[in-house]
Amino acid sequence: MRVTFTVNGREESADNVWEGESLLYVLRERLGLPGSKNACEQGECGSCMVYLDGVPVCACLVAAGQAEGRQVRTVEGLAEGDRLDAVQEAFAECGAVQCGFCTPGLIVQAHDLIARVERPSDAEIREALAGNLCRCTGYEKILDAVRLAARRKAAT
Amino acid sequence: MKPFAYVKPADVAGAVRAVSDEPGAKFLGGGTNLVDLMREGVERPDTVVDVTGLPLDTVDQLPGGGLRIGAMVRNSSLAADERVRARYPMLSQAILAGASAQLRNMATVGGNLLQRTRCPYFYDPAAACNKREPGGGCDALGGFNRSHAVLGVSGSCIAAHPSDMCVALAALDAVIEVESVRGTRRIPMTGFHRLPGDTPEIETELAPDELVTAVELPPAPFAARSRYRKVRDRASYAFALVSVAAALEVRDGAVTAARLALGGLAAKPWRAHEAERILLGGPASEESFARAAEAELAGADVRPGNAFKVHLARATIVATLRELNTGKGTA
Amino acid sequence: MTTKYAETEPRQDAVKHVGRPVDRVDGRAKTTGEARYAAEHRYPGMAHAALVHATVARGRIEAVDTEAARAVPGVIEVLTHENAPAMKPAPKTSLMNLSSLASGTTVSYLATDEVHWNGQPVAVVVAETPETARHAASLVRVAYRELPAVVDFAAEEPNASPQKSSVLQPAGGDKGDAVAALAAAPVSVDLRFTTPPEHHNAMEPHATIAVWDGDRLTVHEGTQNIAWLRAHLAQRFGIPERAVRVLSPYVGGGFGGKGFVWAGTLLAVLAARATARPVRLALTREGVYRTVGGRTPTVQRVALGADGDGDLTALIHTSVAMTARIGGMPEGVVSSSRHLYDAATIHLRQRLVRLDLLANTAMRAPGDSVGSFALESAMDELACELGIDPIELRRRNEPERNPMDGKRFTHRMLREAYEVGAERFGWRERDPRPGSMRDGRWLVGMGVATAYHPSLTMPADVTVRLAADGAVVVRCALQEIGVGAATVQAQITADELGVPLEAVRVEIGDSELPAGPGAGGSAQTAGAAAGVLDACRKLKESALALARRAPDSPLRGRRLDDLEARDGGLYHGGRGETYAAILARAGRDHLEAGGGTGMLKFLAKTLNERRRWVKAASGAHFCEVRVDRDTGEVRVSRWLGMFDVGRVINAKTAAGQLRGGIVMGIGMALTEATQVDPRTGRIMNPSLSEYHVPVHADIPRIDVHWLDEPDPTMPLGLLGIGEVGITGVAAAVANAVRHATGKRVLDLPITLDKLL
Repeated sequence: MRVTFTVNGREESADNVWEGESLLYVLRERLGLPGSKNACEQGECGSCMVYLDGVPVCACLVAAGQAEGRQVRTVEGLAEGDRLDAVQEAFAECGAVQCGFCTPGLIVQAHDLIARVERPSDAEIREALAGNLCRCTGYEKILDAVRLAARRKAAT
Repeated sequence: MKPFAYVKPADVAGAVRAVSDEPGAKFLGGGTNLVDLMREGVERPDTVVDVTGLPLDTVDQLPGGGLRIGAMVRNSSLAADERVRARYPMLSQAILAGASAQLRNMATVGGNLLQRTRCPYFYDPAAACNKREPGGGCDALGGFNRSHAVLGVSGSCIAAHPSDMCVALAALDAVIEVESVRGTRRIPMTGFHRLPGDTPEIETELAPDELVTAVELPPAPFAARSRYRKVRDRASYAFALVSVAAALEVRDGAVTAARLALGGLAAKPWRAHEAERILLGGPASEESFARAAEAELAGADVRPGNAFKVHLARATIVATLRELNTGKGTA
Repeated sequence: MTTKYAETEPRQDAVKHVGRPVDRVDGRAKTTGEARYAAEHRYPGMAHAALVHATVARGRIEAVDTEAARAVPGVIEVLTHENAPAMKPAPKTSLMNLSSLASGTTVSYLATDEVHWNGQPVAVVVAETPETARHAASLVRVAYRELPAVVDFAAEEPNASPQKSSVLQPAGGDKGDAVAALAAAPVSVDLRFTTPPEHHNAMEPHATIAVWDGDRLTVHEGTQNIAWLRAHLAQRFGIPERAVRVLSPYVGGGFGGKGFVWAGTLLAVLAARATARPVRLALTREGVYRTVGGRTPTVQRVALGADGDGDLTALIHTSVAMTARIGGMPEGVVSSSRHLYDAATIHLRQRLVRLDLLANTAMRAPGDSVGSFALESAMDELACELGIDPIELRRRNEPERNPMDGKRFTHRMLREAYEVGAERFGWRERDPRPGSMRDGRWLVGMGVATAYHPSLTMPADVTVRLAADGAVVVRCALQEIGVGAATVQAQITADELGVPLEAVRVEIGDSELPAGPGAGGSAQTAGAAAGVLDACRKLKESALALARRAPDSPLRGRRLDDLEARDGGLYHGGRGETYAAILARAGRDHLEAGGGTGMLKFLAKTLNERRRWVKAASGAHFCEVRVDRDTGEVRVSRWLGMFDVGRVINAKTAAGQLRGGIVMGIGMALTEATQVDPRTGRIMNPSLSEYHVPVHADIPRIDVHWLDEPDPTMPLGLLGIGEVGITGVAAAVANAVRHATGKRVLDLPITLDKLL
């Protein structure tokens, strides 16, 4: 089948998409957007998160056909030109990035959190990010990064 | 994943027609469970009927104070609904205790009702599983069964139902509305899921061609004071070892209304009728709570791996009722 | 006693870069999605492979039916033992050729009808798309003749046989008669511990892209050891090492799981050769569990005897661990007991069972992570028996020299770590009576344990090039598994040459670069640093030599040791000149120098050092837990780690390593266990859903600090930092749980059912 949807503001189409492909597969393998990572394909780790019509979801569990006509925003679409988003900046700055494989998914989830909640509490951050596994950092610096990004965002 | 045809009907009539023609068809909601199971080769539909486009995504007020929840309402929306939070806090809490934020964004109410067990032997096509392959045997009986059921089990299956939301719905006497080409019918939540018996592959009263369209919550004033307590191996993002949905109304030290349902203990959300019977009219005391819990759990059938669940369930029931009674200890 | 520095307080001079919390150089690439991991490269005509796994633990393949799989449109080939091209057998291991240690297993995949473990790849499907390959793989039917298999570790324990000692790892040892001393001790504990198998669960599942061009092979793979992978592939496929190129610029986590060569890698290369196509084989999460080894389970006994004052009179630590019939790494489970306590008598033994399972492998602090759980739990229990504070018990038994053999410690600051850590953590507020501290429904407990991990280096070849425009390029085939490999070497280079950090670019992750050390054994940073220091020194010597030729150079007559590298040049006091000026005058556009020691010299030096000294990173963990009085749920509520890791190069990345180790240790303590079905040898929780790594909500604030005292024998005084963090963690949790509840849990993980 042919699937057409908007990715990071641009309309994209993929042809000969097999029904069993996931949105993650289409993004990574067909559209050349491997920023969203494939780490479990079960929705268990959050590495593949993207916005679907403004709502963060695990792209690995979205059937390709379900994306038809919708708006997708990936980690590649968060920066404005050369200017990183506040969350991206804060992750790099706070030491919240190590191997980097969980980072794109975490950034999408954190981006959504501080868009909804201006100054999330530590408990809110921990719970909101509980579906994004990280095996390197020990989480603490991710918490710092979300706090910092929220502070900066609120200040602008 | 086995190849399949994908269709996305725009209305309920189209959706139920699509499956009535097609014995190997499955409805697809948020995909958080079905897509995973298809990838594992456990579910192998020929046709997938995507119902996420159906206009069943609102929560509506019912005359008399109840709520009607469309089957396509996302779990996160339902948990955040102010009416649910105020009138049925246990339901909001139960949903928020399930899965992760991103999965709750995807999962639908209808899909959550039809979640399948997390038994590892069900998930592994190399293992024996009566639920996956009727008559194939059950490797869980003598295998890893720490997370398995202790109530209502059979010699053919001891899998536990994984949903949190369903436990609250069972306690709240929800009614499930389903539709097929034959029309609409209503199934009480407490009778919606089945115990395994000799046919663990049949998990609900739903016919293969029936679509869940809505869940209705009757008015329940006592439920404003209710609680969902989930005990699990991590602080978040793990299935329940035991969970308790409870509501308690106490006047002058006596219980005037009680609702209790248990998760993680059976193949279905377990409405604790026996415990409710003992609680009702009795004193709101630690002893009475313990007696009620013990009565409900008296029929437990345990294995070495999950024997702890009886003790854990008792402790969790008592702690939750105590908390509702005293208003303390929620921290 | 030195001043104490937290991670955010740089010790170094503001113009220096070493010690500062410098941002990692790949931060932008990793936060924007630009960083390309192994599976994310594309080749024209690239095909995709998927594995078919055995479903029996041991047996012979009687028949493979590939017809249905071949019938799937898009399937290119189905490889089985009946049609796959041959691979050379795994090399015999030898310490003279360290890359011979790279084999994950000794199995010759698809060259035999033998099945050695439940999950072994028995066929490979190659197709036009990954989805097609995976679907077709599910259609391959294999019939087995099953053979009796030994898969139940617990049942096999009585049949364990003694572990062999090696130069690098003694398997046992005695000091005096510990058995008699234990019997005579006025106070003693004698405990039996178990730890389960565990898996690394690096977030990036293993993936390989293999591309043949004639007899030349290019491989993209996230590996912890580029040099070993290259040598191993050359050997298995019968081509010279120089014909193999390994590209591994980003590795999505390793923890030991990407240190060796496993089936997926070999089969991707084999499939590419068989189909004459570039082939990508990206393992599923389940595929990682089925084909990449994990941590061995252990059974351990620790018995301690003490006099009434708490002086240890006997220390007995014995272990049983596993290897597989098809390989595996014998772990130094009791290793910590050789170094931690000044017991009058010591008895150490390690035994092994050999199972029909996938070979075990290194996982973050092999040996020490599990061994320290038993030893440090037993010390805590002894403190309870004696009625002595557990820190005081450790202080009393802190040795001046290595307890087993009297060798000197190059460096040891455990007393200071405990003293400063206790102060910062508020240990004084602990009421020693079990169950005495409460907060609502929570029972509160506090525990401590010692962290200890031996330090070593591995040799590295490094080149440093300085161009006339000031750009510096450092080249070494390091692996970036998350540690900040390029970042820290850039800091070191900037300081050594006296150039701005921004001027330095470090090229890593490519076997065409000078050979680096593997990212294992906490040895990469120190090994590479030694090479960088050497190369920088040589480069400065060349610059000085050039300058001295010019009659008007202010450096004329100076020796390098008299000079300071700063401001992009060499200076003596206020007089000196920039590299740019030196190069311009000499008409040169760059200088380049190579550094590093050869393997033989390195081995000689290492063995010589080992005869004289014991060196290690160490630390003290302080843990507070809360245990629900009704349900037994355990939550870690506070953590402080005070470490002695020598000099810290980058406060930000170092803290990340220590903290990450602690969190992996908390997982080990509370939730992690790979469930191997004792009837079938099959892993039953091969997913992130059922294997519980800690999630964000499980982890409280974790304070990490270090004493920042350079080790006199290590390059720049740094001690490896990647593994020490996890050691002792599980014991600190268990000890805190003991304090909260009065219950001593001896079997990991400490799940709530053990506390009901």
